[in-house]
This record gives sequence, structure tokens and C-alpha cells, in this order.
Amino acid sequence: MKANCWLGKHEVSVQTVPDPKILNPRDAILRVTSTAICGSDLHLYNGFVPGMEKGDILGHEFMGEVVEVGPGVRNLRVGDRVVVPFPIACGNCVSCGRGMFSLCENSNPNAWMAEKLWGHSPAGLFGYTHLLGGYAGGQAEYVRVPFADVGPLKVPPELTDEQVLFLSDIFPTGYMGAEMCNIKPGDVIAVWGAGPVGLFAMASARLLGAERVIAIDRVPDRLRRALDKAGATDAIDYEHVDVHEALAELTGGRGPDACIDAVGMEAQGHGPMYVVDRTKQAMMIETDRPIALRQAIRECANGGVVSVIGVYGGFIDSFPMGAVVNRSLTIRSGQCHVQRYLQPLLERIQRGEIDPSFVITHTLPLDQAAKGYDMFLNQRDVCEKVVLKAA
Amino acid sequence: MESFQETSGESRSDNGEGRYGDFFDSPGNGQRTREHTRRAMRAAGLGWFSVGLGAAELLAPRAVGRLIGARNDASSRKALRMLGLRELTSGILILTQKKPAPALWSRVVGDLMDLALLGTAGRRSSRPTRLLAATAAVVGVTVVDAMTALDVSRHADSDHEDGALERSVSVNKALTINRPASEVYAFWRDFTNLPSFMSHVARVDVNGAHSRWQARGPAGVELSWEAELTEDRPNELIAWKSLPDALLENQGSVQFLDAPGGRGTEIHVQIRFELPLGLTGFTLGKLFSGIPEQKLENDLRRLKQILETGTVVRSDASIHAGPHPAQASSKVSKGSKKTKTANRGALP
Repeated sequence: MKANCWLGKHEVSVQTVPDPKILNPRDAILRVTSTAICGSDLHLYNGFVPGMEKGDILGHEFMGEVVEVGPGVRNLRVGDRVVVPFPIACGNCVSCGRGMFSLCENSNPNAWMAEKLWGHSPAGLFGYTHLLGGYAGGQAEYVRVPFADVGPLKVPPELTDEQVLFLSDIFPTGYMGAEMCNIKPGDVIAVWGAGPVGLFAMASARLLGAERVIAIDRVPDRLRRALDKAGATDAIDYEHVDVHEALAELTGGRGPDACIDAVGMEAQGHGPMYVVDRTKQAMMIETDRPIALRQAIRECANGGVVSVIGVYGGFIDSFPMGAVVNRSLTIRSGQCHVQRYLQPLLERIQRGEIDPSFVITHTLPLDQAAKGYDMFLNQRDVCEKVVLKAA
Repeated sequence: MESFQETSGESRSDNGEGRYGDFFDSPGNGQRTREHTRRAMRAAGLGWFSVGLGAAELLAPRAVGRLIGARNDASSRKALRMLGLRELTSGILILTQKKPAPALWSRVVGDLMDLALLGTAGRRSSRPTRLLAATAAVVGVTVVDAMTALDVSRHADSDHEDGALERSVSVNKALTINRPASEVYAFWRDFTNLPSFMSHVARVDVNGAHSRWQARGPAGVELSWEAELTEDRPNELIAWKSLPDALLENQGSVQFLDAPGGRGTEIHVQIRFELPLGLTGFTLGKLFSGIPEQKLENDLRRLKQILETGTVVRSDASIHAGPHPAQASSKVSKGSKKTKTANRGALP
């Protein structure tokens, strides 16, 4: 089959690789119909995440048609159309039982690697390093789905791929980011990053009743989409406006009640601290540069919540712990427990409360995955979200 | 069980010093360990002394010069700064090196240098009394340094982790499994199940209280031994021990405890290998191609996977030995052991 393989920094290529096989009784094999490039794939593309091997099949946002099921899968049949959550979860361990699917205790066969870096291991993920399991991803014609009796959601035929594909990751991820803000009537939520996850966080904050949603980015088109499509009430272009002054003005000096970091480890920014972080990252003495996170913490209102859904991989420096302690801030984070949100969010889509396809700017055949990565990273053209069509 | 709990508690404090503490548990070893600790503390004391003196010489050469009665001029201050740098280096080396003996000897050499310098300074000093006192102090320090260095050097072999003391290696691990203790116990108690999650065990045959174990060694070398059940308390504890003629003498126990909050069963495993002469923990690791602790942890994770999910969980890359890209194997799988489902009845 054809699959998009990671070959090294800034190098991906669609290659012919062996077809996936059933390895465990609870596996299913999907024929992928639609898959997408995630902002977190760019961290792999840029070589910032450890634990990749040349030839790894990328992709953790995908959906398709079931073509084979293992003897342990009773809820799916060949021909079912499903969307698959990016964390792999067994459904049997205590974490899964508590709805913390991205912390599944059994799905990472390389748990010992993750433990070395993070102390304990989270769940395995599709196409996202050997630290997180060494699972082949879904930017391919076919993909093996472990624990297919737990993760995949059957989708009704009247909804298009484009409407449900993002249930695999970015819609639930944005939604969980907003949910962690514990939104009360009248709350003002600021979202750093108007990429796809940021847009879904904004839309979700509105769905959950936020009074105002402020989008912060530097790409004018993304800010425009935030205002037009994602329900943002205000937009701050940090290239031209001082974020602190703008937020103070928009919130009567209180600061946002909750701040969402939808940027992560490769944040852009200004000033000496940005230069210091970039240098440290290049010298490999700091793995992640937390420009957006530091600003989110500084700007957050007293007693507020900082919700971190941007991806961080390792270590950050100059963390403003003083602000957290002295101003009673709550930091919440996590890889999304997608399985928990699939059904309720599908229902929101069915009720017409949101149509997730609004983030798509480009649709390409799988063959042109490399072009998609380059376009998304370097913002050639106005690129918000690239969907790859495998079939 | 008390001694077991003591040991597992000790192994949690993983500082360099205590790291091998639980490996020596005969009374004679305890005595040797205490002496080792005393030597290490004396060496560390000298290390900190070096750091303090070095910092003082480096940062406040004028004050130090006044104290020892040296001439207060630019060249003396410069010399003191250099000496400070040397002191600081010795100190840091003594405190950080696993084998501090060479760094301790560097202190002795430094002392002799200091004495020589003090001798030269004596001819030009304006305050000979202070200089004489300083010289006496350095002579005293030299004696202490030399004694410590000698002592540490002489015992370097026996204190060193790969040295003669290490006659056994114990490995402890704990993991929580979301199944009742009765089920976890029953699965373990049937020793023929062990190869399904213990990577180095190829086969176990049970004959009453005795069992025959076959291990997978490096390059297909097979190692086997007989073991006997030494304790069996249903749903609580299983302990076993190899029979005396085993090439690799070993004993182990697994304890089953109810995890708080209805989270299933905590299993606490302790395995001890008695090492034949000439075999060290390092070669033991090589024998089983990995660090014993890590091996055991991975084994227990596989046990958890079997009991919680029905089978050992495989990813596209993890079914291969060594690095392999995350894509399906090009080889046709022959229903090998790698994809074998454990004999646990119906899947959840």
C-alpha cells in the first residue's frame, strides 16, 4: 500500500510499504478514506520530538471503512464507516475506566521509553513516535486499529467525511481545552493560536457559554477565520498590537478569566526572551519554547485557569511559577481523552451546532502529502488545514 | 515478609550510595558497608573543604592572603586565585567522581605545592608568625589528605560496585493490575503461564512443588534450572527458589495486595540472583540482554496487558527486536508466539 513516511527533518514521502495485518485479536484494519495533517505533525516534521525512526508512517487524524476485524471485535463489521480517536485505549484499565483514555495503561508497548522522559507513560498514539508506542499512522491507504472494540465511532451516512473527520483529534482537543476552563456565564476566554485546534477551542468556548472569546495570532487570515467562523468576538494580531495592553483594554484590566494555549512548543514571539528560547532550543538545552504559555500565565486573571492543549514534549525554562502561586492560577492540561467526547460532539454536529469542516483550506490526494506539509508549515498560500484523500 | 518490605523500601531511595545497599545483606557485609560509608563521608568532608577554601581563594584572595601572612601584592593575589581554582577543581572531582581516589591524591599533590609556596613566601614575608601557623595547618591537612587517599585507594576494589562484594543481584518491581487478587494469583500460580509475559523464560514444566525452567539466553543459548515452591499462600504470596545445583541460583517472591480505591491488585515482585564467581550484575544484564530491573518491569507490564486486555499488546514496531520503522512487517507472520493470545478464556 501507499503511506506517508517520515524520513527525517523536513522530509516526508509517500512510499510503498507492506499492508497492515491483524496483530492482536481486538484489531481492525481500515481502508482510509480521509486523513489530515495535524499541527502536532509539524513538530515531528520539524524534528523537535524525540523517538522517530526513518520510515515511520505518520498520521493520527483519519477515518475510513472497516475491511477486516480480529476475532475479539464484536461491535464492528466489514463495511462500517468509522472515525478513529488518536489515542489508543484498551477500555479495561483503571485510567480508561475513569475516562482518561489518553492515559491508557496498556496501549504503549514502549512504556519504558516514555517513563524515562516523563516519569510515567501515557497511552500509545497513532503515528506519533516510538516513545508513544511505535504504531503506524493513518496517512496511508490502510491502517491497523488496535482495540477497535473501544475507540472507533460509527458515523451516519448523511454526514460527509469533512464534517466528522476532525472528531479524531482537533475538535475534541479544542473542546476539552475549553471544558477545562470551567466556563461560567460572563467569562472572557483568550485563546493563543488560531490554528485548527485554537479555532475549535474558540468555537467550543462559545458553545460552553463564554461571553467573549479573544483570538491571538499573527496570521491575519487565521484571525479573520476566528472572527467569521469560530465565534471569536475579538482578535489580537501580536505582530502589530501589544497583547498585554489589548487584553487589559478588552477585559477592563482584569485579564481573561481563562487562557488557552493552543500553540505549544514551537511558539513564535518577540523580545529578548524569544531569542533566548530559540537559541536554547537550537543548542538543545531546552526542548520546548514556551513563549505563548508564559504570556498566557502572565495575562490570566487572578484565580483563573490556564488550559494547555498545545503540545509540549520535554522541558521549558523560566516558568513563571510565582504568578501561578501568588495569583491562585490553575493549570490544566492533557492529551485529549477523545473517546469521551466522540458521541456528544457527534450529536452537536448532527444538531447543526457546529460544522467542523470550516477549518479546511486545502484538500489534496495522499500522494501529495509532502506538498501539504510544506504548505502548512511555511504558510504558502493561506493554509489552515490540509485534508488528504487516500481513496 | 518483614525483611522483604524493608528491602523494597530501601530500594526506593535511589541515590548512588544506597543503590547497591540492598544487595549486601549478610551480617559481615553490613559491617563492610558501614566502613565504606565512613570512608565515603571523610572523602566528602575533604571535598567540601576544598570547595570552601577554593571559593575563598578565588573570590577573596586579599583576605586569605592577610590571614596566612602572605605579601599583599598583585602577583600573590594572582597566585592565590590560581590555587583557588585548583582547590575548587579537586573538591568538585572528589564530590562527583564515582572513584574519588585520584581526586584525593590531587589534594595531596596540591598540599605539597602549597607547602613549597609557603616556604618561598617565608623568605619575603612581613608577618612570619602567621606564615608559620599557616604552614603548620597545611602540614596537618596534608597528613589527613594522604591518610584518606591511602585508605580510599586501598579499599577502592571492595567498595566499587563491580567489585568482590557483589555476589547477588536483587531486582524489585511493583505494578498495579486492575483485576482481583484471586485472578492475578491464579494466573501466576500456574507457572506454565510465566513464559507468556517473561521475555527470558522460554518454557516452564511443573511437577508437583518442583518446576523446570528454561531461559532464553543470548544467541539462542539455553539455560535451565529446577526450582521449588517455598511458600504458597493463596491470593497473597508465592515464593520459589532454585535447587542448589542450578547454574544461576535464584529465588523470588510475588506478593499480591489489594490496591486502595478498588483499583485491583498491587503485585510486588522480588527476584534475587546469586552470581557464580566471575559473573557480575553487568554480565547478568548482558546475559538477559538488558537491565534486570527494566526487564522485570516490562515483564510485569505484559502480565498486566494479558490480565486486563486479554493479550500482550503489539504495535507495528514493537514486534521487531531492535529499531524498526512503525510500519507493518514485510514478513508473513506464522502465528508465532508474538501474536499468541494468552490462555485466559473469553476476551473482555
